[in-house]
Amino acid sequence: MSKLDLHTIRTDFPILDQQVNGYPLVYLDNAATSQKPIQVIDAVANYYRKDNANVHRGVHRLSQRATDAYEGAREKVRGFVNVRSDKEIIFVRGATEAINLVAQSFVRPQIQAGDEILISHMEHHANIVPWQMLCEQTGAQLKVIPMTKVGELDLSNFDDLLTTKTKIMAIGHVSNALGTINPVKEMIVKAHAKNIPVLVDGAQAVPHMVVDVQDLDCDFYVFSGHKMFAPTGIGALFGKQELLEEMPPWQGGGDMILSVSFEHTQYNELPYKFEAGTPNISGAIGMGAAIDYMQNLGIANLAQHEHDLLITATEKVSAIEGVRIIGTAKEKASVLSFMIEGVHPHDVGTIFDQQGVAIRTGHHCAQPVMQFYGIPATARASFAFYNTMDEIDDLVAGIKKVQELFA
Amino acid sequence: MSSADLRDLYQQVIMDHNKKPRNFREMGNANHLAHGNNPLCGDALVVFVKLDGDVIEDVSFQGSGCAISVASASLMTEALKGKTLTEAETLYESVHKQMTGEDIEQSALGKLEVLSGVKEFPARVKCATLSWHTMHAALDSDHDISVTTE
Repeated sequence: MSKLDLHTIRTDFPILDQQVNGYPLVYLDNAATSQKPIQVIDAVANYYRKDNANVHRGVHRLSQRATDAYEGAREKVRGFVNVRSDKEIIFVRGATEAINLVAQSFVRPQIQAGDEILISHMEHHANIVPWQMLCEQTGAQLKVIPMTKVGELDLSNFDDLLTTKTKIMAIGHVSNALGTINPVKEMIVKAHAKNIPVLVDGAQAVPHMVVDVQDLDCDFYVFSGHKMFAPTGIGALFGKQELLEEMPPWQGGGDMILSVSFEHTQYNELPYKFEAGTPNISGAIGMGAAIDYMQNLGIANLAQHEHDLLITATEKVSAIEGVRIIGTAKEKASVLSFMIEGVHPHDVGTIFDQQGVAIRTGHHCAQPVMQFYGIPATARASFAFYNTMDEIDDLVAGIKKVQELFA
Repeated sequence: MSSADLRDLYQQVIMDHNKKPRNFREMGNANHLAHGNNPLCGDALVVFVKLDGDVIEDVSFQGSGCAISVASASLMTEALKGKTLTEAETLYESVHKQMTGEDIEQSALGKLEVLSGVKEFPARVKCATLSWHTMHAALDSDHDISVTTE
């Protein structure tokens, strides 16, 4: 049984308390974005009410408070994924920006025509397109780790894909379309044995499990705030200090410099070297508040409840005739993608919405995954810790309603 | 709003055309064709037209999509066969107005009126209009072109 007091938790999320099309909202689109607890909303609002000022530059009291809050948030992010030093946490707009930063600032200076970048067939577009752009810019080649029918990485020829030409492996921790948890730690060991640095895209992992980047020993780890109960437009890049030190800045501007003259600019230290311009201060503060919120409840407890939800939903949905679950990996988190025989996912989404149930329908920004299964789209229910077992029943009722209408 | 509106959207005629789309075939001797895509939901179809002077002698389509887009395409092919280019243009405009909630004379639409439920579902309007935009592009061009709705 869940150790969580779901009733209290749900009252922390004011958005959940509403009717949609005459039904109580059932929000099962958490892999697209999560809802925000009042603690996060208040942290952002209170910052604007009481502390708003620019960071790292004013001697006045508000600027000091804003700086303390912003750097305090960095410290929380550091602890959240067990990073050694604050210098290794760069605030960015989200996982997408972090991947672009690593592509352009870390990989580009050392990659040449004929070199290789290794990703997997399961990646979402954010972990495909920045690498494709880099390949176009440099003549490098994109290599793809294949996947199996159940939705796991096919690692049978993995060793052959790690070559002397591989300049980076960029791999999702958890698939957003299928929910598969990839064996990143083992993959990192193998990549490192051949001196290949590894970026792990943790956007879909951090809301659902305890992540320890030192244990993973990845070189870069990226994630977005909005999928972990924090505001949109904020995210974090972890990078090993020795790598970040060597990398040129990504964008130029204020805050990322120590001194500027027309002849020479001296760049700031880490992490500020990568944070040009006034940052998303309130977003970072909101992200810190979201981390506090999750840690107060216990991330392991949240993960356990979500696991229970996923197991129950999988059992109940797979028991319905005419429904096929897409992605049945052994290790999964939070995501249940499915097809209802004879019904396009877009129709499924509309019918669900009419019953107040919000799910995602479409390609989930992972079109290669859809192409692999030969389908244009799936319907996807994705869970967060505030979802209840009753809502799984609403999901099941929604599927039956679709089948009844399309019978 | 609830099931009543769903029945307005998924009327019997729509469900029937989705299950058994009319004129669902490739046309070897088409002299106009266009590809239509809705990248957001993955709907993709091709509309084929055979014009004889300014009369649509034959029109067909192929592809995959949701019930609304397939039914709309199927109904369109039925409605357009034998129409002149001017009549087709008028119908195209009427359908467009209907979807966006503008007042039009229902008699102008005939059987296509079953698509009117779509306007209550703004997220689905593009599903219903994809085939019409594609047909329009096909008629406007004498070579294979692509249109995208998003």
